[in-house]
Amino acid sequence: MSEVAIELKDITKSFGSVVANKNVSLKVNKGEILSILGENGSGKTTLMNMLSGIYHPDSGQIFVGGKEASIQSPKDAFDYKIGMIHQHFKLVDVFTAAENIVLGLNEDGKYDIKKSARRIKEICDEYGFEIDPMKKIYEMSVSEKQTVEIIKVIYRGAEILILDEPTAVLTPKETEKLFSILRNMRDAGKAVIIITHKLNEVLELSDRVSVLRKGEYIGTVETKEATEQSLTEMMVGKKVSLNIERSEPQGCETRLTLTNVSVVNREGVSVLKNVNFTAKSGEILGIAGIAGSGQKELLEAIAGLQHLKSGSIVYHDPKTGKDENLKDKTPLQIRNLGVRLSFVPEDRLGMGLVGSMGITDNMMLRSYNKGKGFFLHRKSPKTLAEKIINELEVVTPGTETPVRKLSGGNVQKVLVGREIASTPTVLMAAYPVRGLDINSSYTIYNLLNQQKESGTAVIFVGEDLDVLIELCDRILVMCHGQISGIIDGRGAKKEEIGLMMTTLPEKESKEESDE
Amino acid sequence: MGFDLVYFLQRAVAQALPLLFGSNGEILNEKAGSLNLGIPGIMVSGGVAGIVSATIYENSVANPKGWIGLLISLLSSIACSLLVSLIYCVLTVTLRANQNVTGLAITTFGTGLGNYFGGAIASLLGLSSNTITTTVNAYKTPIIPFYDKLGAVGTIFFSHGFLFYVGVMIAVVSAIILKKTRVGLNLRAVGENPATADAAGINVTKYKYITTCLGGIVAGLGGLYFAIDYSNGLWDTQSFGERGWLAIALVIFVMWKPNLALVGSFLFGALYIADVFVPNLTPLTKEIFKMLPYVVTIIVLIATSFAKKKENQPPQSLGLAYFREER
Amino acid sequence: MKKAKSSEPLVRISKRTDISPKLSVGVRVIAIAAAFIVCALVITAITNGRAMPWDVYSQMLKGAFGTVRRVKITLRDTCALLCLGLALAPAFKMRFWNIGAEGQALIGALASTVIIKLCPGLPWWLMLLVMLVASVVAGALWGVIPAAFKATIGANETLFTLMMNYVAYQLVNVVCIFWEKQKGSSDIGVFDRGTLPKLFGVDYGISIVVILLLTAIIYVYMKYSKQGYEISVVGESENTARYIGINVKKVIIRTMMISGGLCGLAGFLLVSGTHHTLNTGIVGGNGFTAIIVAWLAHLNPIFMLLTSFFVSFLDIGTAQIATSCQLNTYASDIVVGIALFFILGCEFFINYKVVFRNSKKAKEAA
Repeated sequence: MSEVAIELKDITKSFGSVVANKNVSLKVNKGEILSILGENGSGKTTLMNMLSGIYHPDSGQIFVGGKEASIQSPKDAFDYKIGMIHQHFKLVDVFTAAENIVLGLNEDGKYDIKKSARRIKEICDEYGFEIDPMKKIYEMSVSEKQTVEIIKVIYRGAEILILDEPTAVLTPKETEKLFSILRNMRDAGKAVIIITHKLNEVLELSDRVSVLRKGEYIGTVETKEATEQSLTEMMVGKKVSLNIERSEPQGCETRLTLTNVSVVNREGVSVLKNVNFTAKSGEILGIAGIAGSGQKELLEAIAGLQHLKSGSIVYHDPKTGKDENLKDKTPLQIRNLGVRLSFVPEDRLGMGLVGSMGITDNMMLRSYNKGKGFFLHRKSPKTLAEKIINELEVVTPGTETPVRKLSGGNVQKVLVGREIASTPTVLMAAYPVRGLDINSSYTIYNLLNQQKESGTAVIFVGEDLDVLIELCDRILVMCHGQISGIIDGRGAKKEEIGLMMTTLPEKESKEESDE
Repeated sequence: MGFDLVYFLQRAVAQALPLLFGSNGEILNEKAGSLNLGIPGIMVSGGVAGIVSATIYENSVANPKGWIGLLISLLSSIACSLLVSLIYCVLTVTLRANQNVTGLAITTFGTGLGNYFGGAIASLLGLSSNTITTTVNAYKTPIIPFYDKLGAVGTIFFSHGFLFYVGVMIAVVSAIILKKTRVGLNLRAVGENPATADAAGINVTKYKYITTCLGGIVAGLGGLYFAIDYSNGLWDTQSFGERGWLAIALVIFVMWKPNLALVGSFLFGALYIADVFVPNLTPLTKEIFKMLPYVVTIIVLIATSFAKKKENQPPQSLGLAYFREER
Repeated sequence: MKKAKSSEPLVRISKRTDISPKLSVGVRVIAIAAAFIVCALVITAITNGRAMPWDVYSQMLKGAFGTVRRVKITLRDTCALLCLGLALAPAFKMRFWNIGAEGQALIGALASTVIIKLCPGLPWWLMLLVMLVASVVAGALWGVIPAAFKATIGANETLFTLMMNYVAYQLVNVVCIFWEKQKGSSDIGVFDRGTLPKLFGVDYGISIVVILLLTAIIYVYMKYSKQGYEISVVGESENTARYIGINVKKVIIRTMMISGGLCGLAGFLLVSGTHHTLNTGIVGGNGFTAIIVAWLAHLNPIFMLLTSFFVSFLDIGTAQIATSCQLNTYASDIVVGIALFFILGCEFFINYKVVFRNSKKAKEAA
């Protein structure tokens, strides 16, 4: 058996009342690639952040090379030869690759960037990187930036590499390239840990897989003995019954039709590709998918916050019966038609609400410009604020308390309450229950159901498959910015959705790899 | 009135020196992410500290020696600038006060300190006159005694006292440090992206403190040159004018490059006194001439924003306090 | 094995999420009290013992309120500062760093002067009206130029507005020389026209009333108008602003038009109500001090009454001491500076919590 590079024993870490990791134990050998697999929120990143010195475990031990280690800061992690490549790159834009790589180092001898560049070249040749050390970061593509981050940790002598969702930002071709580099590193005796939720990558790359689910360690298996089926089961677990009421959809009319919608983001990466679907009034359309598969962009495209590269989004107005193409309309025009996008998860306070304002003023975000005159009309927003506080049981000292000071669940109630108050015809909700306790979550589910029953077309982006299955009438599954299928919510199987989330149907995935 | 080009250029260099020191100090500050609007105040107080200490020295010994006066005033100026810069650091780095507001408060304080003691020193010490001839002479003595044999170049550049060499050297050394050394690399990273610098193991707070203080000292030397060499040790509360702000303008004009500041300060210095030398100027056109440095700076600011060339932009985190837990 | 380090630094700083009003007032009161104590000691030190600490406060009070005339002057200076602070509030609320109030006010004063000089024949009320409009327009223009470049190409507004000050400064010099009284004096002389009618027996009586009225107007504008609301949203998060369909560029330009225009108004009041002349010193650095005044008041016009009074009081009080000691009045800048340091510093203790590592954890880590 090969030598153990790093070992975790009974690691537990909680943030307030939320347990992010509970008694996790795992081991990585030298010359091995270990995948850490789990859904979003399963605690993968938290666990790895404890290895890179960003967090400190509440209890448990970490052993590096057989000896107990105390990792207090990123610098300590370097000293233990642990290097982590984060999802968000930490690079200085106006510096060259080489300057970023040597930043903060105390090498012996005179500072000589050319010498460093030569060493970087050597590293590149050894592992197969392709990078110009003298190129500026702001001129680089995302994958080049990632390469710089990887070289940075190798240059610092890392023997244990941790990569957090490294392929999320890469094209299939770049992913291939990265994998061959990681294999080279393994062959050179380094220990590689890759955090991922993509099953195909796990099976293709790693030697062993450790699975986490909701902060708990489920187990470790040899990759060659695992199948997509068995890993999905470990990842999503057994079905849990939630008892969410679901009425039969009534009076369904098509409200939105998306045809061949494609979106390219600012970095030039394709985030939505040929998306086709319809949303109907009186039903809840669920959207499932690994985080970052294009859900956010999809909703923003409908709300007018994303520029469409091609395709059309047609809104069928129930009042006039007319069809309106939402492409190239401003967010305000779209809102006036009755389409409501409610909250982007990470940005409840950064986009949907203004944190320093009270509930009344936040109600006004939507309505302040209505009505004549120079002055604001606080009366009706205030009434609305009070109504929402009462009906949704928002816990707050008053209507004027800045919403930033409210708990996550209450913030969410304020946001959803406001969006619903304007009687939308289409209501889109992205991760509305993320970070909420059970009771608040049920309040939100009930609200969505009420909207459905009153004839609104509800689009619900969720991450908990149990909820999606019990709440939604139809479930649309996304994978890599494409739709891998739409299934009926009644009778849907978790495993089935799990598989669709990670693999596209034959035809499309082939098309993709042909690029 | 004949136009004496050599004399004009010699005076331009004399005008340039306070600006060179001041902008150099501000560049160091801004490279570490501190938009220090206190520089004008630091320059005034640093300059007057030199005068005050030299006055005290010359009036307390029977036969004052030039080099001692020089040393005392130099050290006092440095100490004073350091102290005022430290106030800025404590407030903006440790206590995370707003940089713009703190800087302006520093300028109020520093200018007040300088002008108060500059004006009141004789009265406070009960002296009838506060000339510091010996020290002034020590400052003014050219280092190269035979400069006048070097022709026009000698007169223009080498007729100045030792602070001329100090100023040029600081500019060259800062340029080299910023561009060619590990410390410079780390410093630039602190100004551009403190979170990245922090993650790379650089002590952001330490870097900010040291560069802001060093920058303050350098700027203070500009005030010292103006106070003792240029103004012969006689402080007039009006004469320093807006040189401090001009130094900040210069930073934008030279796009945060100390080596360019050498040329830029010379140019600004020449523009500053051009009105006196260009023949046939009415007082009216003179004032329009004095506007040029600012207008040119605005044009440079617009042009660099428009070109969006990353290297010529202000450091990215300029003006922002860094708080690790917010990253 | 590596030496174990403590898991937490000795002092940890975290952002406060909530602070009781009691504590936040308490911290400020302590800071102001400390400022007064230190200032008194400093005054004693810099006057070489001519003013003892216990004399300082009575002298200050005498300087600011000793006679009716002094009260009026204190009020006048407070209002001059307040007016510019009010002008800056909307811009700062939008997180637009307008450091150019000095220049915007100067250019406003310049515009008034131009009207006085160019149209001497106008009836007094019409002249004042034209002056007012010209000043406001000029100030607004001075504010809009940097705003337009910020909104379109992202030019750094702090540096831009700062430079605009000195362009205005030189323009004032140009105008002063153009209409100089005696050749070569650069002195434009005292205007015999364009003077506000007296109120409370002083020329600046109307200015004071206008500025107090303006305080209420700005308060209402920022708090109760749609535009004020838009300013808050843009300042808080441009993302949110776009999401709800606010035209961010338009708001930036409109707000700076208001901010600059009000500075222009201040310039008009200085020429017509206070100084009746034009020179580069008539704003007297208040454009910069107003930034501090507005900031310390958390951009609330009502609090600005207090902060501008506080700064003016210190200024006048210290000047009084310096004069009575036959020393120059720059002493007041020193004192104002020190007081500001204290108040700026105390904000930290309101916004952040300083947590010392508790002994239990320290033991654990050792």
